[in-house]
Amino acid sequence: MALTRITSPHTHRALGTSQVMRIVVMATLPGLAVLTYFFGIGSLHNVLLASAACMGFEAAIMALRGRPVLFYLRDCSALVTGVLLGLALPPYCPWWLVILGSFCAIVLAKQLYGGMGFNPFNPAMVAYVILLISFPLQMSQWAAPMDVGGHTPTLIEALKQIWTGTSIDGYTAATPLDTVKQNSSLMLDSVYLQDPVLAAGSFAGAGWEWVNLAFLAGGAYLLYRRIFTWHAPVSMLAALALMAVIFYDSGSSSSGGSVLFHWFSGATMLGAFFIVTDPVSSAVSNRGRMIYGAAIGVLIYVIRIWGNYPDAIAFAVLLMNFAAPFIDYYTVPRTYGHKKSQRATKKGDL
Amino acid sequence: MTQLIKVWDISGGIHPPENKAQSLLEPLATLAIPPQLVLPLNQHIGAPAKVLVEVGQQVLGGQLLAEADGVFSAHVHAPTSGTVTAITDHVVPHPSGMTDTCIILDTDGEDRWLALDEAPNYQDIDKTALLERVRAAGITGLGGAGFPTAVKLNPRANQTIDTLIINGTECEPYITADDILMQNRAQEVIAGTQILSTLLGNPSRVVIGIEDNKPAAIATMRDAAAGTTIEVVSFPTKYPSGGEKQLIQILTGQEVPAGQIPASIGIVCQNVGTTAAVYRAVRFGEPLVKRITTVVGEALERQRNIEVLLGTPIEFILEQHGYSEKKASRLVMGGPMMGFSLPDTSVPLIKTTNCILAPSRKELPPPEPAQACIRCGMCAEACPADLLPQQLFWYAQSEDLEKLEAHNLFDCIECGACSFVCPSHIPLVQYYRAAKGEIRQHRSDKEKSDRSRRRFEFRQERIDKEEAEKEAKRLARKKAAELAKKKLAEQKAAAPATEQNAPAAQPATTAADDDKQRAKLERLLAAAQDSLKQAQKPQDDATEEQLEKQQARIKQAELKLAAARDKLAALAPASTVPPAASKPVADDPVSAAIERAKAKMAMAPEEKLRTTLESLYKRLTKAEQKAREAREQASDNAEALEQGVAKLKEKIASNQKELSELAPTSVAEPTPRNSATPEAEVNVANDAASQAIEKAKARAAAMGTMSVADKLRNQVESLEARLEKSQARLLKAQADNDANLDAFKTGVEKLEVKLAATREQLAEHNE
Repeated sequence: MALTRITSPHTHRALGTSQVMRIVVMATLPGLAVLTYFFGIGSLHNVLLASAACMGFEAAIMALRGRPVLFYLRDCSALVTGVLLGLALPPYCPWWLVILGSFCAIVLAKQLYGGMGFNPFNPAMVAYVILLISFPLQMSQWAAPMDVGGHTPTLIEALKQIWTGTSIDGYTAATPLDTVKQNSSLMLDSVYLQDPVLAAGSFAGAGWEWVNLAFLAGGAYLLYRRIFTWHAPVSMLAALALMAVIFYDSGSSSSGGSVLFHWFSGATMLGAFFIVTDPVSSAVSNRGRMIYGAAIGVLIYVIRIWGNYPDAIAFAVLLMNFAAPFIDYYTVPRTYGHKKSQRATKKGDL
Repeated sequence: MTQLIKVWDISGGIHPPENKAQSLLEPLATLAIPPQLVLPLNQHIGAPAKVLVEVGQQVLGGQLLAEADGVFSAHVHAPTSGTVTAITDHVVPHPSGMTDTCIILDTDGEDRWLALDEAPNYQDIDKTALLERVRAAGITGLGGAGFPTAVKLNPRANQTIDTLIINGTECEPYITADDILMQNRAQEVIAGTQILSTLLGNPSRVVIGIEDNKPAAIATMRDAAAGTTIEVVSFPTKYPSGGEKQLIQILTGQEVPAGQIPASIGIVCQNVGTTAAVYRAVRFGEPLVKRITTVVGEALERQRNIEVLLGTPIEFILEQHGYSEKKASRLVMGGPMMGFSLPDTSVPLIKTTNCILAPSRKELPPPEPAQACIRCGMCAEACPADLLPQQLFWYAQSEDLEKLEAHNLFDCIECGACSFVCPSHIPLVQYYRAAKGEIRQHRSDKEKSDRSRRRFEFRQERIDKEEAEKEAKRLARKKAAELAKKKLAEQKAAAPATEQNAPAAQPATTAADDDKQRAKLERLLAAAQDSLKQAQKPQDDATEEQLEKQQARIKQAELKLAAARDKLAALAPASTVPPAASKPVADDPVSAAIERAKAKMAMAPEEKLRTTLESLYKRLTKAEQKAREAREQASDNAEALEQGVAKLKEKIASNQKELSELAPTSVAEPTPRNSATPEAEVNVANDAASQAIEKAKARAAAMGTMSVADKLRNQVESLEARLEKSQARLLKAQADNDANLDAFKTGVEKLEVKLAATREQLAEHNE
């Protein structure tokens, strides 16, 4: 009688890759909801369009590669890429920007490197950076948060703006990061009082602080579900805070902004819990991930304050993606029964 | 009961569903004697036991069926009375599903036993006898690996054991065999622990470690241990706490250094089941013939723990528990984390079988197809050895063996925690097992190639040495020839003074010519002989692939030899002429000995040797052809035939040696024939002898330290010394020498088979 021969272990935890991905998508929902609440349906539209486009490109490439399309779509990794890209793009950006971004993310950054698990760079961030460099105008127009300045576009206005390019007047406003970056004469307190967005908020600008809090909540949920370890996001936030403390300059006109300002502005929390934690393109060991996260935190501050772009998550992450294999080489954990950890650059005795 | 003893945590670890309750619902039961038992000879780590019984033999329970083969082995006893019906290959419990030699015992149901050697006062037995009782019972580790227990209890003299750990962790899901043992036989475990402690020289700390998911076992064990110095320590449940290295870390905070055993840090670890078996062996003289096993899984109607005879076929056990083949997704021996699936149900239960798991499809569904690794790092989180499983997987896929080694693949204990957590369902452990196998293969291959490299270098060295030797020989010969010429010239100068110069002049020139030709011939022959020898040599250590090449080389050498022989034949008239020419001179009064030697010298040695050589060559060609044919047909005789060929070649070589050695003698020889007076002749003969000795000495000096050269020199010396007396004796001495050489050669060949590594050296000695 022939029985099924399977090697150990015979039991398996229920959590699969697709489930992990679905949990990640779920964890972005609070952030998406808050974004939609403060900035209108632009982000929601972005997310839906980018997700659809990413899945479409993934399916097309899988078909081209002669792989079972459904099996690979089911892992939901393309969906996650699409959602993250959609969240990162400015609301009400033209539709082709989203499609192009999806193409860059899935085809260029992911599939050309061999598909899931083989991409050295975070696909969503690659797409974001390509778009930011190629279309700076479209990429730097953020909507004003609700109740501040202009008005939130209606659904019709939004769709017109996105699909036909009919521009809406006065829906944009400078983001707090822009405001602080452009400031060169005022004390930080005055900036907070004068800028409408910052003035309407409690510590990092109306809307933005809530968006970041929502992403923080999503990240906390993922930590609770043990989807990733705390090492990378916590070290990133800690490093960013440290930089903010060092260069706070007691709130002078050359101050870089407070810790809270940096934590809850721009894409900080989205980056910390959804981008930096991307396992594929990050360092491998816990120690490595701490170094990786901390370096991203420092880079974010450096680019935000002294660089040319107001927000810096994408650049910082991509730069550290480069460095991840290098970090891995020097952060191999000490194996049980060995006196010290080995460097991965060392070859075996064979 | 509160616990104040400090425990440490291990890295990683997982919390799979425990599934321990279902097998604990029923009390421990004893299974009936099955009609047939299948007892593998290798139920442990180490050498298989040696069979002591014959087919058809009646055996009693407890009778020794197979004895340990060496230290790293264990006895196999008859679990009950019956008849040995076969000793044959049978499927054994092994991940590969392989078959191995098993003793098939048809039970008679009477369960008659040998009288057991009880020892009620075992506390008084000394250590050596205690250890012998453990060994005699055939006890191996019952926890999983099956290491012969007596070996573990006999640490090296330089290893002081300060901690004895009894492993009652049982971290694998489903398995409750140790749990129920501790609940039912706590006293036996404690008594066994005390015996082990005695055996190990009463270590300062004796700990029984139990996971905190077994409160009943912990309670009974604590009660049983009351009043002793044995600590019963419980610690949080986490897989794989029960791994030896992990348990040591939990209970002592120490790590077993990589590549070493726990005894190296003064710790010995034994399973609770083993401990109880040790007690029964020491106290009652009971051999290890049964064990407690958990029979569990939803494909069974009944799930419980049973005490069952070793060798009981799994199908017999399953029958008793309402096994439904339809329901079962697989059949696992051991737990779901580290157990292996069985190829069929005829596999017997062995000493290490702690669980038979028959899960339903719902319980343990077939594995999902593997997806790409997303480097999520969950495996690294779970790894109890702090490895980077995803990196190991990466390198295993790319077969980067060096990187695998650098990432400490061999510290992987194959606990399966990484595979368990992998969201991409990658069978990581399987990759590691395969990679380990590959590395082991690679290592042994490397060892092999290192050996052949060393052999090659050795050979090269030897060839160079021989080349130098040959060069030295040539130089020596040249010198000798010059010396001979000089002597001749001196003689020529001396001849007129003795008034018999007339006939001397012409033969002297003939002799000079002859001398030159012989010297040349001798060189030619020696060279041919050397090349044949060289061609022959690799035959000694040849592998099959090289044989063809060598044969070609031998052929070439033989051709050269033939050419040399032809030339010698062409010279033959010349060499026969001088005696004829000198005959009239020899008519003068000449001493009897010289006359006899001369006569024999004139006709015998070269001719005779050449004829022998010729016939030998014919035989060699024939023998080689036969050997080749035999090899092509893979005949059994091939080896014998090849040996014959080798021997023939040896003979030829020695014959040629003789021939070449005769040549210098004959170089010196003609001179006496040309002398006129007896005195002169004697003088010249003396001269010739001393000249030959000088020549030999010169050659010996050139050849330096070589033992081969020494041999040659001795041969030459004895040859020349005896030349005057008797050619016959010389030949006989040479014949003796041949026999010695052959004997030596045979010895070397025998050694070659056993010690391939030293073959080269011996071959060189031989040469």
